[in-house]
Order: sequence, then structure tokens, then C-alpha cells
Amino acid sequence: MTDNPVIRNCAFCLVHTPDLVRFGSKPRRELEAEPSLADRLEGALRSYAAAVAYPPNQTFIGNLSPLQLGQIPKPWFAGQSPRNSAEASGPFGEIINQDLFYAALRQANVLQPPLVALTTEAAQKLAKLLAAHPVFGPLAQSAMAADPAGFQQEIDAGKALPLRTGGTLQGLVRGDNRSEGAGDINLDPHTLLEALTAKTTGALALRWLLHREQMQPDQVDYIISCGEEATGDRYQRGGGGVAKAIGEMCGCVNASGMDVKNFCAAPASALVTAGALIKAGLYERVAVVAGGSLAKLGMKSMAFLREGMPILDDSLGCIAFLVTRNDGASPVLRLDRGAVGKASIGASTSDQAIYEQLILKPLRALGLTMADVDRFAPELHNPEIMEFSGSGDVAHKNYRMIAATAVLAGEIDKAGMRAFTERIGMTGFAPTQGHIPSGVPYVGHALAAMQAGELSRAMFLCKASLFLNRLTSLFDGVSFLLESQKRQP
Amino acid sequence: MRILKGHKVAIFGERDDVAGSAVRNCVLAAGAEVVYETTSCFV
Repeated sequence: MTDNPVIRNCAFCLVHTPDLVRFGSKPRRELEAEPSLADRLEGALRSYAAAVAYPPNQTFIGNLSPLQLGQIPKPWFAGQSPRNSAEASGPFGEIINQDLFYAALRQANVLQPPLVALTTEAAQKLAKLLAAHPVFGPLAQSAMAADPAGFQQEIDAGKALPLRTGGTLQGLVRGDNRSEGAGDINLDPHTLLEALTAKTTGALALRWLLHREQMQPDQVDYIISCGEEATGDRYQRGGGGVAKAIGEMCGCVNASGMDVKNFCAAPASALVTAGALIKAGLYERVAVVAGGSLAKLGMKSMAFLREGMPILDDSLGCIAFLVTRNDGASPVLRLDRGAVGKASIGASTSDQAIYEQLILKPLRALGLTMADVDRFAPELHNPEIMEFSGSGDVAHKNYRMIAATAVLAGEIDKAGMRAFTERIGMTGFAPTQGHIPSGVPYVGHALAAMQAGELSRAMFLCKASLFLNRLTSLFDGVSFLLESQKRQP
Repeated sequence: MRILKGHKVAIFGERDDVAGSAVRNCVLAAGAEVVYETTSCFV
């Protein structure tokens, strides 16, 4: 196992963007059909302070553990934070406010005329905000000049989308209105806002990773982006290039990179790929990074409006991991032959067969059983969001299948499923951001618990709805095992 | 399961619960005809 790579560090950030909720896919369609919904939607948006105090968000950045979250009575959105003073920063990252995001979004632009432009007042205020931030300051590489006026005409003409804070216009995001971009729906304002959001939030997470590791950007050898956005123009929609765009923004001048696509399981696929590159000896330090999904903002917002609740899916998630050669201390990513679980094409019509491939086969390849795993991390969606929208507790549903797999394997009795689930499970806490909640939000907590000698093994089970591409009826799954190098007391 | 024999069945599955493909396997074994099947992803 000594030649296996380690996950040496990680970063988890949330970006609170209430004024971008209207650009999420679901709110956007609802607002087109019923423009009068705008007032109700706006009235249900949370303040930044409420988003910071929200217990699942505190869990995502590491101020609460998933087990502590599970002890807090619901509804979480209506309660007081269990911490005396909820903090925007945590051990894994930060809950970033919208102003800081707009400033970073402006810096993400590389075109002239710029795709992102700010009003004179906003440019002055936001430039100072970004430059003064201890982690994101280095992103302010170029002067943030005020941009020409006339924004409202561009917005009214459909050539740009507004960036607002409440009723105040801060700036806009344009489509590529140059001759080579005009008329290409892949380069319209909305699609480019999605792509720029993925780039910007990915860069924020990568900056936090470098900060946590106290590492210079030029020490990164390779970057793998695993976000969901398809970037490119009409001739290569989905061509990629997000990893290197993020690396360029963060000053990773010695790194190359690529994008890994696998729907929600892409972070798991990317971590395994990064580990394989390390194990093969090609690179020493690979960063895996994923920005957030604009399309999924407000995905469940209509349910929240119906229930008279605040819009809880108002934040973008972004994550980053550092995979390196074994340093003798960090948790090991087991990449022994057969140790990575896969859902083979032939097995994908049976849940039983898939769970056997994802859990039992890899464990058997390592000479282990399910009893040797302390925690399983499946889809870790915040149950408060999922239950109010009628989809149930997704994490719990996955734990039920994991426990059923243990019964079928003869490891536990059916009567012992509940106790088994309590031993290996946890409460979901991740925002409904597609690829963000899929197993990997637990990596930060697992690294901390393993470093503290409180956890030996964690198995990550990540699913991908391949059928959403309308090319196949399959769904995918990827599993991997993380193992502590510390001796248990 | 005998009640399904000879009937037409529409299947609505869920990725994080019971997938449509799993239901299809069951109802086909029970002698039904699947006229519609979908699996939704709610996340």
C-alpha cells in the first residue's frame, strides 16, 4: 500500500449568490412563464448572515461534523446556529459573499471587450474587497477598471444579464457579441455566465486549497477539473479547458490540466485519475477542483415558495483536493488492483449487482469486509432541501441500499440494518449542486478524523445519472476507499 | 405478482431509490408488458 497516493489536503467553500438564483434553470423557466413570480422569489431569499448560520453550511466548511449536525433538531433554517457566533470561515474553507464573488467573476474575464463589466461604483468597492482578502487577494492580478456606462441598454437588448445586489445594478455579463461569437447560443450571456461561474468558483476553491497547504501556485503539476459545465462554441460544445482556465487564474504557471466528465461522480473519477497519475510517477502534486453549478441554483425553489420557506438552494458549492505521493502521514487512496469500485455496463440494470460491484468486490480485492469500514459516504445531499421538495432523504435512501447489501452479503441480519446504518452513516449536509454532494463532501471530515486517530477507513460511493444525456439508460457509480496511516489506539 | 400478467405497465423509477430498470425486470418476470419506463434523478 506504500506506493499508493494520498489525499493530502482539501478545500470546501460555498458562495452565497441570492441574486443569481433567478438564473438557475428552474427559476429561469418559471419566471419566463410567470414574470410576477419575481417578487415572491426575491422576498424569499436569505441574507448572507442566515446562509452563514445555516447548520448544513457550517458542516460543509468544517465547523460542525456531520454527526453533530444530525443531533440538531430540524427545521434547521428556522433555528439558531448551534455555535454562539457562526463564522464564515471554517477549517476547510469559507462561505463567500456575493460581492466578493462578483469581484472574482470580473477577474475571471480574459476577453476584450470584457464579458464581465462592473459599474464605476462597484468596481471601486469590489476591487478593494478582493485585494484585501487574505486568501483571494492574489486573484486581483490586474487592475479592476471601471467599465463604460450604458449597461441597461445592453441588458434590455438581451445582450447581457444584470449582476445585481438587491435592487442595485453592480454590473453585467455579456455574451460574446464579437462577430465570431454573435448568434452562437453556446456563447450567449446565460451560457457564459454558467461557464464563468464554474471557473470563478473553482478558482476560489483552489486558492483555499493552496492557502491550507501553504503552497505556491507554481508547485502544482497538474489540475483536473470535474465540474459539470460544458464549455466551448458551436463547433465543440463541451470541449473543456476549465481546469487550465482555473489554473491560469490562480497563477499555476507550471501546471497543465484537463477536464473529467462523469456527471455527479466526476469528482470521484477525477480523484481516482489523479491518484493513478501520481502512482504512475507522472506527477507529484495533482489538484482536483470543481466549481459550482449555476443551473442548479433554485432547483427546489418552487417547493420552498409553496411551503413559505426561505430559498435554501441559494449557494454555489466548490471543492478542491490535493493528491500527492505517499507522505507517510496523510490518508491513503487505495488504488490496488480491484480496489476501485465500478458499475460495469453489464451490471447496470440491477441495483443489487451495482452495489455488489461498488462495495463488495473492491473490499474483497483488498481482503476486507464491510465491517472493516468505519463510515460510508454516499450522496450527501442536505435532507432539509430534499424532503421539503418531496424527494426524501437521499443520503438515508442510499444507506438503506448499503445496509441491504450487507444483509445480502451475509454480514448482518436484516434486523440489524438500522443499527448498521447508524454505525456507518451520517446526515447529509451538502448543497444540491449535482457533482458537489456526491460522496466527496465527507473527504474533509474524513481527513480530519483520520489525522486525529478517530477513523481508520472510509468508503466513498458516488453515483452519476448518465441517462440524463439521452444517449443511454445507464447510470454510473464509482467507489474508492480512503485509509488512515495512523495506528488506532 | 400474478395480477400483472398480461397487463400493460408504466414504470416511474428513481435513481436514489428503486430504479426503473429494477422494476422492469420484476414486472417482465411477472408476465406484464412495459409500455413506458423512466428513471428520474431528483438531485
